[in-house]
Amino acid sequence: MTVPPPTVSEDILDPAVESRGLSVWYGRKQAIRRVDLKMARHDVTAIIGPSGCGKSTYLRSINRMNDTILGCRMEGELRVDGEDVYGPGVDPVLLRRKVGLIFQKPNPFPKSVYKNLAFGVQLHYRASPSDLDGVVEAALRQANLWDEVKDRLDDSALGLSGGQQQRLCIARALAIEPEVLLMDEPCSALDPVATAKIEDLIFELKKEMTIVIVTHNMQQAARVADYTAFMYLGRLVEFDRTRDLFEKPHEELTENYITGRFG
Amino acid sequence: MRRTTERAYVVAFLAGIGVAVATLAVLLGSILAAAWPRLSWNLVFNFSNSTDPSTAGYAAAIVGTLWLVGLTLLFSLPLGIAAGTYLEEYAGHGRTTRLLQAGVTNLAGVPSVVFGLLGLALFVRALGLGAIILAGALTLTILVFPYVVITTQEALRAVPSSIRDAALALGATKWQSIRRQVLPAATPGLLTASILAAARAMGETAPLLVIGALFLQTFLPDGPEDPFVALPVQIYAYSTLPTGTWGGVAAAGMVILLGMLFSFNIVAIVARNRLQRHRW
Repeated sequence: MTVPPPTVSEDILDPAVESRGLSVWYGRKQAIRRVDLKMARHDVTAIIGPSGCGKSTYLRSINRMNDTILGCRMEGELRVDGEDVYGPGVDPVLLRRKVGLIFQKPNPFPKSVYKNLAFGVQLHYRASPSDLDGVVEAALRQANLWDEVKDRLDDSALGLSGGQQQRLCIARALAIEPEVLLMDEPCSALDPVATAKIEDLIFELKKEMTIVIVTHNMQQAARVADYTAFMYLGRLVEFDRTRDLFEKPHEELTENYITGRFG
Repeated sequence: MRRTTERAYVVAFLAGIGVAVATLAVLLGSILAAAWPRLSWNLVFNFSNSTDPSTAGYAAAIVGTLWLVGLTLLFSLPLGIAAGTYLEEYAGHGRTTRLLQAGVTNLAGVPSVVFGLLGLALFVRALGLGAIILAGALTLTILVFPYVVITTQEALRAVPSSIRDAALALGATKWQSIRRQVLPAATPGLLTASILAAARAMGETAPLLVIGALFLQTFLPDGPEDPFVALPVQIYAYSTLPTGTWGGVAAAGMVILLGMLFSFNIVAIVARNRLQRHRW
């Protein structure tokens, strides 16, 4: 092929998240191999690729959730807001306040809707009861959930539908005002209607924060993401503006994947 | 052929349950039959004696057992829950952990009379407490401790790791995640731990005999520093007297003991079910 490789990375001058030569191992198994990637501020970056390609591992290394996995080890550099996340003196607890994570399966606490929201806020701020009420309402509104739950704030969060639970988890993360929101296949357990609501939400949220979403669903990446990265066997194969990646991929591997020849 | 085999297994399982239910029924039936002529409120309000079965009662034993069980729970629950939380959430998977774990498991299998000897040597003699309620409760605490640890671990294991992840991802420290989310979510299981501990403490006879519980007590214990008799010990004491006249008194004591045990379990189970409204 004669088309020059994409140089979109060079256009991202002030990335919110940036990795250089990032490698991650689980015990002896290498899950990520020297990945260089930049996430543009206030944009949505999707990471796509087949199961086991390392996309979730990459996502979780951004807020150091991999630290909790026994035998997990990393090399290379990862910066959030220019600050080395794995540098000495970095407290992963403070990092996670800045970098929220939404899990594949909605995981509300087995408590009331209100307490789900209040937990994170109370960890980080000393809020009066009325302030707390305000923060809870604002976060639920921001997650487009307020109208559905305003009359059942004291009911168990586990009584909500799957889609509502996932938006509750998003609201819970929003309540502590993260700068970056990581989403690990947030819609894979949801029906199409609930999925559409989350995608609408992503559009609104990117005005306020940088979003990185891992997804199995290529249509979803095409719909919500400004940039898309394709990973395969722990390597970054291609990274480009979403439309360019889907319409004129440079790598054969990318083309085979997005046209459904493997996956 | 396959259907016959299938049916044979179901019959075998039913037979197993049948044996269990029948044993329980015979046990309860025979105790009630023996106790029936003796059942009266005098049993609860009268003190023990060894001369007149018609007036002998369990007043001191009931109060003694309440003291013992209460103190044992007070000591063993915080200790056991702390140890179980450490082993399950903090200790990792190294050799030391496996050794500690094996120690706890083996402790649960030690015959209770051995704990009695330990209690006698350590609390009654070395610490000079004497045969008082506190010494009994401390002995029972060592006895139920491994059960509390193991049940706590099971309760924590039943809390999905997604709850821990959710708390950590919100910027909670490990302890904040355990204290504010994992332990509360494990509360129903922790109540099971308290049921087991209380049932064990209520029913133990041998260790209390060894450390020197009384047989005849004609006053109510006022506090942890008083000598004591416990229900199972009192039942045993009555059963050593001539069976013809005293067997009914002993059986009536068993009815009281079982009644206390069941009431405690019912309270704990109701509390557990109320807590289980919020469940994943």
